[in-house]
Amino acid sequence: MNKYDLIVIGGGPAGMAAAIAAKKAGIDDLVILERDSVLGGILNQCIHNGFGLHTFKEELTGPEYAEKYADMVRQEGIPFELDTMVLSVEKIQDSELKAVTVISSKLGVATLTAKAVVLAMGCRERPRGALNIPGTRPQGVYTAGTAQKLVNLEGAHIGKEVVILGSGDIGLIMARRMTLEGAHVAAVAELMPYSSGLKRNIVQCLDDYDIPLLLSHTVVDIKGNEKLEGVYIAQVDDNRAPIESTKKYYPCDTLLLSCGLIPENELTGGAGISIDPRTNGALVNESLETDMPGVFSCGNVLHVHDLVDFVSEESARAGEAAAKYIRHGLGEGGKSIELKTGNGVRYTVPCRINTANAPDLTHIRFRVTDVYKNVSIIVKSGDTELIRKKSQILVPSEMVDVILKKDKLSSASDTIEVFIEEVAE
Amino acid sequence: MYDVAIIGAGAVGCAAAMELSKYELSVCVIEKNSDVCEGTTKANSAIAHAGFDAKPGTLKAKLNVRGSKLMGELAEKLDFAYKQNGAMVLCFDENDISGLEELKKRAELNGVQGVSIITGDKARELEPSLTDSVCAALLAETSAIICPFEMTLAFAENACENGVVFRLSSRVEGISKSDKGFVIKTSTGEVTASIVINAAGLYADEIHSMVSSTPLGITARRGEYLLMDKAAGGAVSRTIFQLPTKMGKGVLVTPTVHGNLLVGPTADNIEDKDDVSTTSKGLGDVKAKASLSVKNIPFGKVITSFSGNRAVGDTGDFIIQQSDVKGFIDAAGIESPGLTSAPAIGEYLCEIVSGITELKPKNNYKDTRKGIVHFNSLSYSERNELIKKNAAYGKIVCRCETVTEGEILDAINRPLGATTLDGVKRRTRAGMGRCQAGFCSPVTMKLLAEKLGIKVEQVRKNGVYDTDRGHCDE
Repeated sequence: MNKYDLIVIGGGPAGMAAAIAAKKAGIDDLVILERDSVLGGILNQCIHNGFGLHTFKEELTGPEYAEKYADMVRQEGIPFELDTMVLSVEKIQDSELKAVTVISSKLGVATLTAKAVVLAMGCRERPRGALNIPGTRPQGVYTAGTAQKLVNLEGAHIGKEVVILGSGDIGLIMARRMTLEGAHVAAVAELMPYSSGLKRNIVQCLDDYDIPLLLSHTVVDIKGNEKLEGVYIAQVDDNRAPIESTKKYYPCDTLLLSCGLIPENELTGGAGISIDPRTNGALVNESLETDMPGVFSCGNVLHVHDLVDFVSEESARAGEAAAKYIRHGLGEGGKSIELKTGNGVRYTVPCRINTANAPDLTHIRFRVTDVYKNVSIIVKSGDTELIRKKSQILVPSEMVDVILKKDKLSSASDTIEVFIEEVAE
Repeated sequence: MYDVAIIGAGAVGCAAAMELSKYELSVCVIEKNSDVCEGTTKANSAIAHAGFDAKPGTLKAKLNVRGSKLMGELAEKLDFAYKQNGAMVLCFDENDISGLEELKKRAELNGVQGVSIITGDKARELEPSLTDSVCAALLAETSAIICPFEMTLAFAENACENGVVFRLSSRVEGISKSDKGFVIKTSTGEVTASIVINAAGLYADEIHSMVSSTPLGITARRGEYLLMDKAAGGAVSRTIFQLPTKMGKGVLVTPTVHGNLLVGPTADNIEDKDDVSTTSKGLGDVKAKASLSVKNIPFGKVITSFSGNRAVGDTGDFIIQQSDVKGFIDAAGIESPGLTSAPAIGEYLCEIVSGITELKPKNNYKDTRKGIVHFNSLSYSERNELIKKNAAYGKIVCRCETVTEGEILDAINRPLGATTLDGVKRRTRAGMGRCQAGFCSPVTMKLLAEKLGIKVEQVRKNGVYDTDRGHCDE
């Protein structure tokens, strides 16, 4: 029972979509391993709406979106193990199989093997310590997602007077949520001159409730020994250094941090799989396969997404690729093309394309490094432009997705560059 | 009426309690916080110093060396983390090598074994990540790293098991002396005792002056630290000090006994003894100084920063003696190497007590203690055994440190159990990892709320519960 064709690590939106796609592609011998006691991952605490517009053409809450996928998992008869934590993933020597060591009350410590593995562990929030905010370490400082879990799933009233640092989507959502819970949100401070959250969230979660968004501001001191008493917020200069004269005190009992998400790749790193320092996710090819053959990565563990719909779509591709790998292996002998980033592009997923495995349409996903208006996205190989796409606005908070047709690859050399062309007005 | 009341449940108070529990005495420890190990003991360098630094002839030297010798065996018997990893003191200027020689001389006079002076090249051979500017170093083989939380809890739990009463969440508000002994007024009622040991750390001066009219001064000296992810823990294997020069005392870079990397501290005298805030200047200084010792410290992997306040006495040495008031014993000014010295201070206090009252050894004293199992450090077959016995060990609560529900429940339910998130963290490491309790704290809060019979939102990170009447654990 410990041998599988496919093990999917993570039962959130990414893992479920990958498993369903693999099953539909003919893989029956598979299992989803989920560390929580329910399927759905972080969606279970996202009780706001706005999910599913792309996938289901309707607006769902997080738990509803998760439930639709969980229903599909059950309908497809895909087995899943809950309360099961994966401790390690390793390639078995002199074999194509991977060993996945798990722990649960039911299984104890057990080692499962699989021909293919899909990594879909999601991401975690950047904690206060990693932000190097000086001051005390009192009760009342939470990452936004932890606060969201406490409020939405535990029904806890965590505070009355709130300051939020970072304008990531969870922070914005929590600004509204805390307001609806009866708290007063004094401000959302954002270090950068632009928000790291979606425009629609700024409008629906801050503007609609008159919550000020302080761009180019940060928390410079935290006060209160046992319980939080207040924070100092200051404006920052062009080098993101706080300007002392702008320091202002905000009394508060709650500070929420929404300062970035970090893909949870401890298992990936432990397996010896190469990590892209720009995304903190695995380096993957067109099949979303890592540099350990037969191990695929998708969703927020690969790179942080802003919409779950894109997670599901991407993960289904990973599941299909894993199925293909299990059934007859991925093609070899094609041309390997490296994707390079140019002006304004922080990273790309994938970062390699093997022409032998490229699907008809290859998604190239990336984020820009700054706010760009009226520019063109260029995908170019040598002197040949493969894609030129005009865009009115590009912001770092919104992932860009361009689609490269397979026939274009024949005219590509061994590198493709993706960059933003800024046109002089 | 207790024979002995100890004020303060830090490393010193708990070590004294443990030592005294070997004898036929009734002992009570009074602590203002809701847990042991809440003051200076919880935020320091976590080093068991070899003993080459203290000036020969001082109490610091004597008790440091004794403490260093006791530590390994105690760790074994009382089940707390200890690793003899050795230390180096780095010298960056040929003209300062005399400073290393002075330390070596002190080591000899203090009776510290395994100390030698090595060249910069030899130092880099042993610790490849040391910078090129290191020109010589003192090597001290007996230096060790410990877990101060586990050590103090081990002392406290051992004392508790041998009959010492812990009166937590009880702030001492006044002490009066009558013919019968001392009456200690606390926020949760009176405690009477024949002998009082003042182990109140930063506040030992205030406690002292409740009884004595002779002056005793304590200054709070704040030290700021940065703690890095376990992925950075291999940067050095030994504890790396810098030779104090006219430029300042320098900072250390050390692995922790649990495999993280720790750098710090700063040393700033501060007015407010409770001010354990960090500052951007302090943390910046720590980074700059640490970078003189070790190349490419991955400061991007910092998971938390903290500061602790050391209780610096006004004599330059530990102040451990019976005061001018008979039966009132001070254990004050316990700055570095206080953590290392703690077990020896416990013995020394026992000697002082034996000069006041006769000590009769207990027949049934138990000299071992079993700590909370560290699931993560067990073999797979040991883990399976444990899960078979108790399914809670199959449930991982803290992903980063692989801490199970079984460990957290043990931390909450054992004698002197945790009542706060920080209490659980210090006992189990849940929340100590790279996500800094993001994922595990809602679960831990739920488990604490269930045990305490309160709402999840009422669970405290630290400090004293409003309704706390001071619980006694016997």
